[in-house]
Amino acid sequence: MCKTELIDLSTVDVILISNYHCMMALPYITEHTGFTGTVYATEPTVQIGRLLMEELVNFIERVPKAQSASLWKNKDIQRLLPSPLKDAVEVSTWRRCYTMQEVNSALSKIQLVGYSQKIELFGAVQVTPLSSGYALGSSNWIIQSHYEKVSYVSGSSLLTTHPQPMDQASLKNSDVLVLTGLTQIPTANPDGMVGEFCSNLALTVRNGGNVLVPCYPSGVIYDLLECLYQYIDSAGLSSVPLYFISPVANSSLEFSQIFAEWLCHNKQSKVYLPEPPFPHAELIQTNKLKHYPSIHGDFSNDFRQPCVVFTGHPSLRFGDVVHFMELWGKSSLNTVIFTEPDFSYLEALAPYQPLAMKCIYCPIDTRLNFIQVSKLLKEVQPLHVVCPEQYTQPPPAQSHRMDLMIDCQPPAMSYRRAEVLALPFKRRYEKIEIMPELADSLVPMEIKPGISLATVSAVLHTKDNKHLLQPPPRPAQPTSGKKRKRVSDDVPDCKVLKPLLSGSIPVEQFVQTLEKHGFSDIKVEDTAKGHIVLLQEAETLIQIEEDSTHIICDNDEMLRVRLRDLVLKFLQKF
Amino acid sequence: MPEIRVTPLGAGQDVGRSCILVSIAGKNVMLDCGMHMGFNDDRRFPDFSYITQNGRLTDFLDCVIISHFHLDHCGALPYFSEMVGYDGPIYMTHPTQAICPILLEDYRKIAVDKKGEANFFTSQMIKDCMKKVVAVHLHQTVQVDDELEIKAYYAGHVLGAAMFQIKVGSESVVYTGDYNMTPDRHLGAAWIDKCRPNLLITESTYATTIRDSKRCRERDFLKKVHETVERGGKVLIPVFALGRAQELCILLETFWERMNLKVPIYFSTGLTEKANHYYKLFIPWTNQKIRKTFVQRNMFEFKHIKAFDRAFADNPGPMVVFATPGMLHAGQSLQIFRKWAGNEKNMVIMPGYCVQGTVGHKILSGQRKLEMEGRQVLEVKMQVEYMSFSAHADAKGIMQLVGQAEPESVLLVHGEAKKMEFLKQKIEQELRRQLAWAACTETPQHPCRHLAGAAEAGDGLLPEAKKPRLLHGTLIMKDSNFRLVSSEQALKELGLAEHQLRFTCRVHLHDTRKEQETALRVYSHLKSILKDHCVQHLPDGSVTVESILIQAAAPSEDPGTKVLLVSWTYQDEELGSFLTSLLKKGLPQALS
Repeated sequence: MCKTELIDLSTVDVILISNYHCMMALPYITEHTGFTGTVYATEPTVQIGRLLMEELVNFIERVPKAQSASLWKNKDIQRLLPSPLKDAVEVSTWRRCYTMQEVNSALSKIQLVGYSQKIELFGAVQVTPLSSGYALGSSNWIIQSHYEKVSYVSGSSLLTTHPQPMDQASLKNSDVLVLTGLTQIPTANPDGMVGEFCSNLALTVRNGGNVLVPCYPSGVIYDLLECLYQYIDSAGLSSVPLYFISPVANSSLEFSQIFAEWLCHNKQSKVYLPEPPFPHAELIQTNKLKHYPSIHGDFSNDFRQPCVVFTGHPSLRFGDVVHFMELWGKSSLNTVIFTEPDFSYLEALAPYQPLAMKCIYCPIDTRLNFIQVSKLLKEVQPLHVVCPEQYTQPPPAQSHRMDLMIDCQPPAMSYRRAEVLALPFKRRYEKIEIMPELADSLVPMEIKPGISLATVSAVLHTKDNKHLLQPPPRPAQPTSGKKRKRVSDDVPDCKVLKPLLSGSIPVEQFVQTLEKHGFSDIKVEDTAKGHIVLLQEAETLIQIEEDSTHIICDNDEMLRVRLRDLVLKFLQKF
Repeated sequence: MPEIRVTPLGAGQDVGRSCILVSIAGKNVMLDCGMHMGFNDDRRFPDFSYITQNGRLTDFLDCVIISHFHLDHCGALPYFSEMVGYDGPIYMTHPTQAICPILLEDYRKIAVDKKGEANFFTSQMIKDCMKKVVAVHLHQTVQVDDELEIKAYYAGHVLGAAMFQIKVGSESVVYTGDYNMTPDRHLGAAWIDKCRPNLLITESTYATTIRDSKRCRERDFLKKVHETVERGGKVLIPVFALGRAQELCILLETFWERMNLKVPIYFSTGLTEKANHYYKLFIPWTNQKIRKTFVQRNMFEFKHIKAFDRAFADNPGPMVVFATPGMLHAGQSLQIFRKWAGNEKNMVIMPGYCVQGTVGHKILSGQRKLEMEGRQVLEVKMQVEYMSFSAHADAKGIMQLVGQAEPESVLLVHGEAKKMEFLKQKIEQELRRQLAWAACTETPQHPCRHLAGAAEAGDGLLPEAKKPRLLHGTLIMKDSNFRLVSSEQALKELGLAEHQLRFTCRVHLHDTRKEQETALRVYSHLKSILKDHCVQHLPDGSVTVESILIQAAAPSEDPGTKVLLVSWTYQDEELGSFLTSLLKKGLPQALS
């Protein structure tokens, strides 16, 4: 569950959802924290996320508890409890599971988005979801202003399974790439695992045993069914029934067929025929695959053994899977095959020991491994990589495997739970639009070949975080003096800015210019740093140095302005 | 100055062969590539010579966009891409990409195989043409090139219909294609965000109608069908295979079930079953209700509606037949029409618009003696009904869309001249928008507010307050890269030193007091006048106003006179010169 003490969730403006596995805590945020912002997610993410939540709520509500214990959460008692309870953190923040009403309310607050859609957030930044290749509708996110770009890469896959391939090109030129959701099993090869899954399944069924596959109702199960579709006939297993038991089994199978636009090219083109993109439609049509909302009702009538059962929950702690563990656990003919990587299979099995049934662990995690990460980083070349701390060192169990960590230059910045990390860049530029009238009035001058400058004095309007430069207002016409003016009315607005000056004044030419403009009696003295030009008659002194000019005169505005203009002739304005 | 130019190559003030050329900030985009089904000659296709006179299509056009799969919007596409020759990208939504080639092939068969037309595109051309198509998702921002981007919005109308926003820099155009603003039995309503385009190009097929409520029209339709079959008549409903057909099928299916009717309903085969498949696979494009219930019940699997066989047309007794195509211009619907037209018990219901020149249009305009091929005259005795089921926006809907998108100006196309004039006035009155409208190959030009360019603002120039404020800086222009930075920054970046220009003026005052006191008097005088400025009296006896320094000195020769030295930089000139003239007037007499 999200840790929420660190931030006040009512101040969060936007939540970006990467995939349906990453939204299971959403109702806790949208319903109970005062959060009023916007949640963005793709349509498949929302629809399948709803199914996952619905299944979870259904499983939990099937076994209502008359009372719930909470005294054990007292720290003094908790530390006396056996592991893993005594190691659990923040138990006081544990909450009951949400209800379907809360799920519906949470999901109704989500704004649907499509891949590569540019979504303006308050005019300040733009966010864009990109295909991440991991699951139906799974996304990586780009958060960018006109001059800065942060990529959030979470749960991505470079393997070809059913979802649309990962969009890598759009991640290029990132200032910061936040990388998370890598594979949980970096040493396992998903393809090999699928092969092992099929062969173990076949072996068990041929010997007259049953196969139990604890799984989520969506995701890898589509790929497993597709493999079985190709495999069962060649393995002579076409008469073995496949059962998919979940309160959302039917919906999951149906939904998978309507999101063609979010699928890989091969599946997409099937729709043009028109044919359903996944072959499990055919498995259902030919009665090889049957789905049931639960083990009660129709299933008990149709149930035939040996068979293959796909059901949840993969933690083996609740859901219909519990029933099958108890039913089949005592026979060594049967096999349970773990494919979901989220739970340790040993811990999952612990309460069922001793167990006669065979246990096969072939976790299928298609998310990026470290080899793919280094390839990806070479490809997209972010300036900085930010990732969870555990990815910057080898896994504790395999501390010698230096290849099982992120290796990049400069080294990845890491973050820990409940830690705030400042990203290493600063916003320095904004886009400003210049009104044509103002643009017309600008006078560029070429300072160096190819580089021109123009001084701009303009009024900056900022609205909805968009900036617009307009011509400065004309100086107000002097009011016809009906009212007696107060002195303070004439005080000039010091906000009228004058340009900076640059250049230097060649004394000889300056003196010539003075003479040309009617000054006589000019005397020039050399000083350590430059010259002093004396206009004796006017009691005026002009100090000229490399980087400065100082005009010292009597209070004669006319004279001062004349001298000023002559000096400015030699200088450039900025 | 960039501008937006719109050239209708097909539908200007006319329904059929929609094809519009838009030039926006140097980019040329062709919107739709439709054909006119009322013509059998060259007038059938849009006039591409307007473009080709200046060279090849591919060189001139940056992209082509197809809004939906109706032939009056995509029918000329293979002709355009394969026969005239265009190799650039063609954008359309996934459902359009799936369905469009089927309809094209269907039409090609009627035109070539039945009518024996020569010089028509081939099946292979349709395939080659479709290879050039790039599918887009709703709301996806497609970067056609570095500058040109397009984005699709949901348009209702038919499965996969989309409105498109075309954007180059800060200029944008929205093209609606055909759309409807009220959800129907299987599609949702069109929607667009407040994208404030410079120009909105909207269809105006039903420009004058404000249609009565949907429910009334449905009841009307059911009543007419029911009465006819009750008295033993046959009902012919010419439809296009996809779109209206599905909606009417859902309507009749539920009615038949409710009334427990046994009269057979047929649907001409081929396309239809396939069509229903498409609807099922593209459920996300249908309306909310179907999307919510599709898992439990597929709305597109019909119990009462069976496949039609040509022989059924001669069966005695009542029946209802949906037959393609929709405007009675060819194919099965026309065949059945010819068989049934002579019997006054029968009825034909035209559920959509018919373009001029088609049989559908002729009977709707009251013609009862039709000249058929071979000089045969067909007398129409059957009842002819028109039901406006076609999902176009009516006047109210068009106004609604204009309200949603908030365009600077609106261009009406794809409608009839008189109706467009009516709507034009209405929009101008009610929404106060500038309005233009177009006939074929007229080129209305749209001057709009242009932004000369964009610059980046760097350090220190970023505004903190939301109020407009005066800003001074230097625009550095290097190649096409513009940056606005503070003047100090500009000097630094170019490796130039600042030249400081300073003025010091001597102001003579009559004051017998000591310099320190004079300075203090100056201080209190200025403090009282310059309320908005920072006036300070420093410990060394000098006075500052902002960055202007004032010092008092006593020239030795005259104890009755003090000299004030007022010193300021060029950047503070206004205030400096103001202060000297102020001090020249002297100080007010102290009260003590």
